[in-house]
Amino acid sequence: MSETIPAVSLRGITKTFGPVKANDHVDLDVYRGEILALLGENGSGKTTLMNMLSGIYFPDEGTIAIDGRPVVIDSPHTAMQLGIGMIHQHFKLVDVFTAAENVALGMPGKLDLKETARRIREICAQYGFDVDPNQKVYEMSVSEKQTVEIVKVLYRGADILILDEPTAVLTPQEAQKLFNVLHAMRCDGKAIVIITHKMHEVLAISDRVAVLRKGSYVGETRTSQTSVSDMTTRMVGHSVKLDIERKKPKNPEPRIEVSHLSVRSAEGVLKLNDVSFTANSGEILGIAGIAGSGQKELLEAIAGLQRVESGSITYCSPSGAREELIGKSPLEISRLGVGLSFVPEDRLGMGLVGSMSVTDNMMLRTYRSGHTAFTRRRQPRDIAKHVVDDLQVATPSLRTQVQQLSGGNVQKVLVGREITSAPTVLLTAYAVRGLDINSSYVIYDLLNRQKESGVAVIYVGEDLDVLIQLADRILVLCGGEVSGIVKGTKAKKKELGLMMTHVGGERI
Amino acid sequence: MSKHQPLLHITQRGAIKWYKALLIRVLAFAAALAVCGLLCAMVTWEGGSATAGMTLPERFVAFLRDLCNAIGRIAQVVFNASFKSDRVVWKTMHSTAILLLLSLAVTPAFRMRFWNIGAEGQALMGCLASATCMILLRGSGMPDWLTILVIFLASILAGMIWAVIPAVFKATTRTNETLFTLMMNYIATQLVAFFCVVWENPKGSGQIGVINQSGEFKHFGWLPSISEIFPGVAPSFKGNNYLLNIVIVAVVCVILFFYLSRSKHGFELSVVGRSENTARYLGVKVRWITIRTMMLSGALCGLAGMLLTAGNDHTLNPTLVGGRGFTAVMVSWLAGFNPFVMVFMSFLLSFLSNGASDLATNFGLNASYSDILTGIIIFFIIGSEFFIRYRVHTRSSAESGQEVV
Repeated sequence: MSETIPAVSLRGITKTFGPVKANDHVDLDVYRGEILALLGENGSGKTTLMNMLSGIYFPDEGTIAIDGRPVVIDSPHTAMQLGIGMIHQHFKLVDVFTAAENVALGMPGKLDLKETARRIREICAQYGFDVDPNQKVYEMSVSEKQTVEIVKVLYRGADILILDEPTAVLTPQEAQKLFNVLHAMRCDGKAIVIITHKMHEVLAISDRVAVLRKGSYVGETRTSQTSVSDMTTRMVGHSVKLDIERKKPKNPEPRIEVSHLSVRSAEGVLKLNDVSFTANSGEILGIAGIAGSGQKELLEAIAGLQRVESGSITYCSPSGAREELIGKSPLEISRLGVGLSFVPEDRLGMGLVGSMSVTDNMMLRTYRSGHTAFTRRRQPRDIAKHVVDDLQVATPSLRTQVQQLSGGNVQKVLVGREITSAPTVLLTAYAVRGLDINSSYVIYDLLNRQKESGVAVIYVGEDLDVLIQLADRILVLCGGEVSGIVKGTKAKKKELGLMMTHVGGERI
Repeated sequence: MSKHQPLLHITQRGAIKWYKALLIRVLAFAAALAVCGLLCAMVTWEGGSATAGMTLPERFVAFLRDLCNAIGRIAQVVFNASFKSDRVVWKTMHSTAILLLLSLAVTPAFRMRFWNIGAEGQALMGCLASATCMILLRGSGMPDWLTILVIFLASILAGMIWAVIPAVFKATTRTNETLFTLMMNYIATQLVAFFCVVWENPKGSGQIGVINQSGEFKHFGWLPSISEIFPGVAPSFKGNNYLLNIVIVAVVCVILFFYLSRSKHGFELSVVGRSENTARYLGVKVRWITIRTMMLSGALCGLAGMLLTAGNDHTLNPTLVGGRGFTAVMVSWLAGFNPFVMVFMSFLLSFLSNGASDLATNFGLNASYSDILTGIIIFFIIGSEFFIRYRVHTRSSAESGQEVV
């Protein structure tokens, strides 16, 4: 393929944000009729690079050529005219519009929804999508929304597609469907770039792999000539142990008993329906489910942040005392030893304050101590020092604002703080969301250490492969109901995927 | 790169060195003064010196000399406006103090990202409460210390009520606090206008003159002057009527600094401001803190009202606060919500507005002219913040890889 002219050719692309070099003289070629996987740790500059290709950022230095012709991409509009379409991690759709209306939005010329719908059906038939042009976006599942995004860029004539972590929000079955579509598009001669953290996906669908490390281009290989450990080593710069050790739980005893729990959202939607389970000490209870199946509500209910409609949540302390958690304030619950490290989508939204320093973020938990009206500064500084040393948080100083740290380090600060308060129950959601492989394994290790010291860990996860390796038991949520609880050693990915979409897992 | 590259290309700066930031600010201020100076020189131009028979370079030199003279004259006026005599210096310090107190008052709310732009009205309510006490309580035979205490409590309460109403609505129904606090200003202004008619003196004037200036109740409810507190100080001491207010504001400034940066309350309110979700997750009572912080904000505004009516002006009218409640918003912002930096910022703005208004009178210009000058200076000061946060590259500099600004 080296003789053909690349569809996209980046040469010497450099982009800096303040003191940070997000991209440092990156060279990259993308060819038609192939899927290129772009790999790299968090903050290695993958998204920045692709944003320059799609006209969101403008490079400080370097040139871009499309089909061998040098171009200047100064706006998303120009990118679109050049046939470049990007599907972002966060969808950019108008909820109250139909699929056809969203696709037609911003197109020049007269609005003809019938014609738009017809062309959408054509595109769907060509690549094997399944979209109803007249369905409103708010009625769609996450995967359907993503399909609309893809149709939108195809409709605009894109033949160079960039997908930024497209499978992060999909079930294994939905991801497979997406891969089929990508294959169809590749056969049609489109150039496709996919950014992902999931190695098995890279192996499954890409033709070529390009790796970025700390903003610099490390190299590329044909997918057929590489392996997971080889790719990881290139990304991280040194080899990483890729096994999660799962020890047998030591004398597990019930810590949290949830029975017949139902939760309704502020809008009156039933988010959890008659959920019952027990979380044991010295055990990691994994919770699987499609995004928005009630994971957030479940953890928030336990932590006292969510109003409960019915049911009970009982905390059994190591001394044997039983306490009802419903009706207690978040403060009382955390004093009982229930630590919540909830990592929401925007990561900083809950638990940390981005514009405060590492030390001040530790103080969030401790500032109430002492009898004077004034805060004590020594204690949080000691905790911050301890967490930074212990978890190898990469931060210039303890006074650095948390939002200036990379994603993995932010997560380490949050999880580290929750662990220092010596919890008996640790709730974590999406602890490794968006984290690169190296940081992820640090977090898994951390959770395992907590488990071994007798903490009941509840881990809401997205990556089924990890859940199967890490959790002792996996509870699958489907539409707010418990679809089933499976032993980690016996869980199969396919089976979990089915349970995520149908209660009990039977296929209709 | 090719000619299609954008002409100006703006990128975000990382952390900027403090001296670099200071340099940008100083440069901006200097540029502002230069523009104002040129503008003033144009407006007050008295015609150049005779240039007949001069060569072109000589004419140019003469013109430059005239220009320098004009700017020199202007600088003289501006400086004199704040420093001409002891009395004027005290007055400048006093107006700085009042502006500082109002700036301090809005700061706790701002740290909580609660955009209280109702300081004007809250302070005016403090003025109204003070005046009400001074008028209604005279003849009650109350001892002076008790009267002052009552005035103090009433003013603080009045400011607090005016601030708490929007806070309660914000906390319970998530009303937009900016509009709400702004609207409360107009109600306060009209209330004061109403009472000015009720208590007009002399009859038919529609105004309240100096309250308790003479007669039976002379100086009833007035804050004591320094010579009254310390008999050793002569009443001719120029700062006699100003020093008490200035000392009170200085004390508030120090207390507020520690309240904001060292106390549990201060920590809580900045957590609420920066991330409400995090605050809730930590078990902080967000609603209560919103209300508590606005109570503090309003109380300090009420105190400012009292210092104006009972302490210095001894009168009541709808323009008594005179827009300083709005200027305070800017002082607080420009100082980065730091009470000590606010001392400097309020002095700067007082100095400038003194200078601008004296310029307007000295050269027979319309009073609006001083607003134009203040506007230009503020424009530059705020504009400099942009250059502190961002870096601007021009097309040519991008090619050579150099940065501009």
